[in-house]
Amino acid sequence: MCKKPKTLGELNKGETGIIVKVKENYKISNRLLEMGFLEGTRVEVIHEAPITKDPIAIRVRGAIIALRRSEAQLIEIENE
Amino acid sequence: MSRVKVALCGPPNSGKTALFNALTGGRQKVANYPGVTVERKEGVLTTPGGKNVNLLDLPGAYSLNPKTLDEKITHDVLFGSLGGETPPDLVIIVADATNLERNLSFVLEVKALNIPAILALNMMDLATHRGMRLDLKLLEKELEIPVIPTVAIKKEGTHELFLAIEHFIDTRSTQVLPKPANSKLSYVRDRFQEVDRILSKVIVTKARPTLWTDKIDKFILHPLWGSLTLFLVLGLMFQAIFNWAALPQDWIKAGVQFVKDIITHNIAAGPLCNLVVDGVLTGVGAVIVFLPQILLLFLFILFLEDSGYMSRAAFLMDRTMEKVGLHGRAFIPLLSSFACAIPGIMATRTIEHRRDRLTTILIAPLMTCSARLPIYSLLIAAFIPNTVIFGPIKLQGLVMFGLYLAGIFAALLVAYILRGVVFRGDCLPLLIELPTYKWPSLKNLGIGLLERAKIFIRRAGTIILALSIVLWFLASYPKPPVGATEPAIHYSYAGKVGYAIEPVLKPIGFNWKIGVALIPGFAAREVMVSALATVYAVEAKGEEVETKLGDILAKDWTLPTALSLLVWYIFACQCLATLAVARRETNSWLWPVFMLTYMTVLAYAGSFLTYHTTLKMGL
Repeated sequence: MCKKPKTLGELNKGETGIIVKVKENYKISNRLLEMGFLEGTRVEVIHEAPITKDPIAIRVRGAIIALRRSEAQLIEIENE
Repeated sequence: MSRVKVALCGPPNSGKTALFNALTGGRQKVANYPGVTVERKEGVLTTPGGKNVNLLDLPGAYSLNPKTLDEKITHDVLFGSLGGETPPDLVIIVADATNLERNLSFVLEVKALNIPAILALNMMDLATHRGMRLDLKLLEKELEIPVIPTVAIKKEGTHELFLAIEHFIDTRSTQVLPKPANSKLSYVRDRFQEVDRILSKVIVTKARPTLWTDKIDKFILHPLWGSLTLFLVLGLMFQAIFNWAALPQDWIKAGVQFVKDIITHNIAAGPLCNLVVDGVLTGVGAVIVFLPQILLLFLFILFLEDSGYMSRAAFLMDRTMEKVGLHGRAFIPLLSSFACAIPGIMATRTIEHRRDRLTTILIAPLMTCSARLPIYSLLIAAFIPNTVIFGPIKLQGLVMFGLYLAGIFAALLVAYILRGVVFRGDCLPLLIELPTYKWPSLKNLGIGLLERAKIFIRRAGTIILALSIVLWFLASYPKPPVGATEPAIHYSYAGKVGYAIEPVLKPIGFNWKIGVALIPGFAAREVMVSALATVYAVEAKGEEVETKLGDILAKDWTLPTALSLLVWYIFACQCLATLAVARRETNSWLWPVFMLTYMTVLAYAGSFLTYHTTLKMGL
């Protein structure tokens, strides 16, 4: 069975994961990496914006980073 | 010997500005980098050992792979590729000691540039308080640069930094530059691996996570309480700019009037007296009367920024703003524009991307500012009957509300069109850090406020003053002939222009008297009321003017004319100060001219439609 990989963009508040891959995207992947979204890093969704539940706030490498779900979809994760 | 140039750089939220203030004591020159709107802050300082140093505060950057204009400036200065800017002799890299896992990556990147560097480990007190212990000697050895723990807001570590700067200057000629960069480190993944390797060696005890930022966020970002808090904060801010500023503004007006009276009584009446009183002092008054609003707004903004709330507000509002192609951070500038577009436009500095920032600047004057209120209330009181619509809701209030809504709607529509036509491209990613909450330092708030006030007075003030004098001249010369029967303005250049543009104004229902009043009203919207009073030769004082003028207008104008003028006021860019600030903030005449053009077209079209529709309806 080939399962579509799970991304950070699909997580709900309180869920965690380990980053497996940051997909290439000329505009933003590099910045995601620079903000600490690196392969092997643990991430946790700690807040969601009201009503739309988008953007989300992620705890990563000791900081809290807010991003939109569309951008979070570039980050593939696996369960801890 | 030329002064030594030291550059201060670091990631956002590392306390870079606080350290800059601590080192320079707030003595600084603020200007723009040539050709761009990014602020260039430079301080001049003398170390305890008597060395003269120029300290340049570079914009915050997450990396040297620039994504924003700010970051590009930092990149270009450090690489020595910015025209007119000599590369620094020494770099002080500021890093947040509580956030080394991320900050150290930037340190490695800058260190690899082969410029002599010092690392200032800032917020060391917070890190220690959270139980972090690290081997500074080992960190120095790993990084091969001096490492100095600092607490910028308490001025701790500044003495050691001065000593390190002096040591650098003394040993400059004999200094061996750090080894050429490990090219591997130019890849962000490798850099973080190196960060982890260093940290695993130097950190003796890890910091405990901060619990109270999480606790505050549970409330501040809560779907219900968070939205409510945002609502309250904005309400308070709006209240402050709208109401609290009124009292000091009255003092300023009274003060200017006081000086005017003194001069009128002491200088012989004549052209000189008129120039000083009606030209210069009125111009100066028009500038400084905005100061209370600007200072109050910036007090709020600096407090919200420094405490860490601003990024949370952007987080909460992002979705709503994104719908019209605006950034979450555009929210506060636009809201402030309801009080006055000038502080609003100045507040767009918190928006990093030029495209987002320009869009916000261009639509800010469409928000109904407080200067529109005098003319709105004059016309509504004179032409709209106050019939009860439903319960406590009356027609006059409803019309006022409609005027506000029309402004908001127009602004959102223009933003949407601008993003589709002029500033095309996808919505930029949000990607912002939500920093730990901090209590802002009063001193840094004060320095920031003073800086804003200076910028406003120096940059916008000069243009406003000059144009006010020109407008005064147009409205005063030539003098009326002997035995003139009409008010003096009829015979002036402004009056002639009023007559000349009458054919253009006729299709939107304006008579030549409105045309004459529009000329001085172009300096500032509220001036239109007194200008109309002059044109209609109303002899009254204070609040009587509005009542009397209202009666006269109600007899002289038809309802379509009044409605047309109301609609004109929703859209027209009748504010020199706004244009002057837009010129300064965008560093080009293109955008203020564009602003004036599109707003005038909107106003004309809106008034034309209103006038002819209401005429057809037989009003």
